[in-house]
Amino acid sequence: MLERLLILSAIVFCIGMYGVLSRRNIIAMLMSIELMFNAVNIALVAISRYVTPAAVRAAGPTEANAASVLTGQTLAAFVIVVAAAEVALGLALLITLVRQRDTVDITQVNLLRR
Amino acid sequence: MQPVDNAFQEFLFWLLAAVTVGCAVLVVVVRDMFRAALLLIASLMSVAGIFVLLNAEFLAVVQVAIYAGAIAILVVFAVMLTRDVPEANRSSPIAPAAFTMAAVLLGALIYSIMQAEWDLLPEDVPAPLAAVFVDTPARLGTMLLNEYVLAFEIAGVLLFAAVIGALALVRER
Repeated sequence: MLERLLILSAIVFCIGMYGVLSRRNIIAMLMSIELMFNAVNIALVAISRYVTPAAVRAAGPTEANAASVLTGQTLAAFVIVVAAAEVALGLALLITLVRQRDTVDITQVNLLRR
Repeated sequence: MQPVDNAFQEFLFWLLAAVTVGCAVLVVVVRDMFRAALLLIASLMSVAGIFVLLNAEFLAVVQVAIYAGAIAILVVFAVMLTRDVPEANRSSPIAPAAFTMAAVLLGALIYSIMQAEWDLLPEDVPAPLAAVFVDTPARLGTMLLNEYVLAFEIAGVLLFAAVIGALALVRER
């Protein structure tokens, strides 16, 4: 059960990575980065659901350490926050780029090469 | 909540996994940017379904609200900046190398996932832990405002800084 979720996560992550590396359009790259964020979230939530947390392994399941099974979900919530901030800033950069260079093609953005 | 029977849960998982992976593949291969954006939303929504299957109801709701609600709309707006939307999603010259890299990474990840020795929770989760999985949103809220309160506040500052930064970047001078 855990393995197949992690493999699903790995597949989506690699699709996202292929998208980031192979697309020319910056918006398509941003969308692929969203896929990668989501793959990480699937893995975090799956691990949080199926793996014994270190505190529970050490002391056995008690009322006090029961909440530690949610650590992965907490981390996933923060990943979503970071993803939202990333999209907002990425699109602001994109709008600036379109204004200055009038393109969303990553191969046209080679200011440092000349 | 009514316990969902196991075979149905299996079926739901495979359905959602197929939609997630299928839409994700289409996002990176279709030419039409607008379709790619819609397929991305479909993929993210089925991830929300997978979260429900994994007792992460709160994250599922957040996923729908933030990804399908906010990020999807931002991306659709951004697509409008593209000229020639139906043909815009072309691949770059390094696409074959990127494919090889992604395939190698996928192979390595699957190999290490299968090799690792996972310390799994027992099949019928012990009582105190099972109680946590029943009311995850409440427990998650308690956790965010106790153990992780510093990270929680920093996340707020990060979002604030991102909004200010985005506004400063797009301001007309």
